[in-house]
Amino acid sequence: MAISKKDVEHVALLSRLDLTEEEKHLYGEQLSAILAFMGKLQELNTDEISPTAHILPLQNVLRKDMPRPSIDQGEALQNAPLQEKGMFRVPRIV
Amino acid sequence: MTDSKYEVVIGLEVHTELKTNTKIFCSCSTEFGGEPNTHVCPGCLGMPGVLPVLNKRVVDFAIMAGLALNCQIAEFSKFDRKHYFYPDLPTSYQISQFDQPICKNGYLEIDINGEQKRIGINRIHMEEDASKLVHGGASIATSSYSLVDYNRGGVPLLEIVSEPDIRSPEEARAYLEKLKSILEYTEVSDCKMQEGSLRCDANVSVMPKGSKEFGTRVEIKNLNSFRALKKALEYEVMRHIQALEEGEPLIQETRTWDENKGITLSMRTKEEAHDYRYFPDPDLVPVIISREWVEEIRRNLPELPQARKERFMREYGLPAYDASIITSSKALAEYFDACVALYPEAKTVSNWLMGDLIRSLNAEDQDIRDCRIRPEMLVEMLRLIDNKTISGKIAKTVFEEMFQSGKKPADIVKEKGLVQITDQGEIEAMVDQVIEANPKSVEDFKSGKEKAIGFLVGQVMKLSKGKANPNMVNELLRKKLK
Ligand SMILES: [Zn+2]
Repeated sequence: MAISKKDVEHVALLSRLDLTEEEKHLYGEQLSAILAFMGKLQELNTDEISPTAHILPLQNVLRKDMPRPSIDQGEALQNAPLQEKGMFRVPRIV
Repeated sequence: MTDSKYEVVIGLEVHTELKTNTKIFCSCSTEFGGEPNTHVCPGCLGMPGVLPVLNKRVVDFAIMAGLALNCQIAEFSKFDRKHYFYPDLPTSYQISQFDQPICKNGYLEIDINGEQKRIGINRIHMEEDASKLVHGGASIATSSYSLVDYNRGGVPLLEIVSEPDIRSPEEARAYLEKLKSILEYTEVSDCKMQEGSLRCDANVSVMPKGSKEFGTRVEIKNLNSFRALKKALEYEVMRHIQALEEGEPLIQETRTWDENKGITLSMRTKEEAHDYRYFPDPDLVPVIISREWVEEIRRNLPELPQARKERFMREYGLPAYDASIITSSKALAEYFDACVALYPEAKTVSNWLMGDLIRSLNAEDQDIRDCRIRPEMLVEMLRLIDNKTISGKIAKTVFEEMFQSGKKPADIVKEKGLVQITDQGEIEAMVDQVIEANPKSVEDFKSGKEKAIGFLVGQVMKLSKGKANPNMVNELLRKKLK
């Protein structure tokens, strides 16, 4: 399956990536190759196999509803480039 | 609204915060409020290398809500990632459920003009709440920056999606009221709309009656009170009908309700096309729900509104109408129980609750749990009426003052000099004054017009500023006019 330039631009927008024309071309080819490889799996007969929800044979990993201490505000904010009034300051949204 | 030419189709999506101690995927507290970013950990801050672990009580609560809403409980359920970039999600995805939600195919019943109508529930799924944003400017659109508090991020939510079975804004309101009531009774959520623990989005479309084609669907976000839900839907239905009448096109879009202006506004942004790229969250394993697990929860299901309504009719002799209104809210039903335990005249209590109390709460958009009048205060006021310290009319003034200030009724009566006048001489003087000033009514009464006495009693009450004992006024007037 070939990935069009439009597909690449759409995926780039969703991922907030700013791509050059060259990159769009390059990634288009690479993504097409990856999808073609995955396409091999389509050749298998999976009628009798239920979809995999998880690769490990685990289920019901649950915790009790018991609070544990949180980290403090200073620690929470220590990697924040900008902060104000104990909150993370982020650029305008819309 | 009642225009019979058109059919309205409404579906509601309700988010309710679960009353757990900890968040859905980490052990941080879910307590409301608190200093910003103090109920957080590397998990709910979305730091790399931290794994989510599901809170068992969230599953218990989801099953409980599902059973109370007549749903099928899935045997197999899993979590998926819903991707979108927004600073209220530190990971840029929300952990939610996509194609295998925990509950499906339920319903609840609403009462519309005395008739029961069943509204289908398509699904209920578990997910994490997003965080709180504080905008630097007056609104999100005019802000040059925003602030993020991750305390609410990761609080467990149930999203309850109705079928498009709702046919009017009134039905939508009735549905939300019933849903809130059931969730409160099961105690999975405290459903405080003011604190955002119950939130509602609506999908609405309007089509010509009998049409096979649905109208353009519009989603209205953030309808966070019953009044907002009804008003916004009424507005939106009208807007659609107007557009259909005038042959103007409607756009499928998301709108928001502006409470102050009383209109809905388009939220369209440059990039509306949602592409959430759901996929199973590889950090979480499936949840398998045995039938034993479901049955254990079914056994512990608390008394639901219908059962309590029947009990109130049986135990307190309340009329069906009173019982259904009082049990519509668990908190109101508990308030009633507390009053009646102190003051067994159930019907008197019910009258005050259904009249002045509900009216005042609605007017202030207040929750009964935050009401300043506690049950013992209401009961104290009822006793003041019984022992004739105040008249029923004055009690309304006392009630109003209690509601506003939270002062005790006896103190209000003392402060405002509202004690009922029962002094024979004092009342007699006022009666004489009224007889003298109203010769026409006196004449009417004497010539057999029974109604005239009502007017005269009213005049004396007015003269006494409502404080005269009305029975004594009546008696004295009749004696003097014989
Ligand atoms: Zn946490």
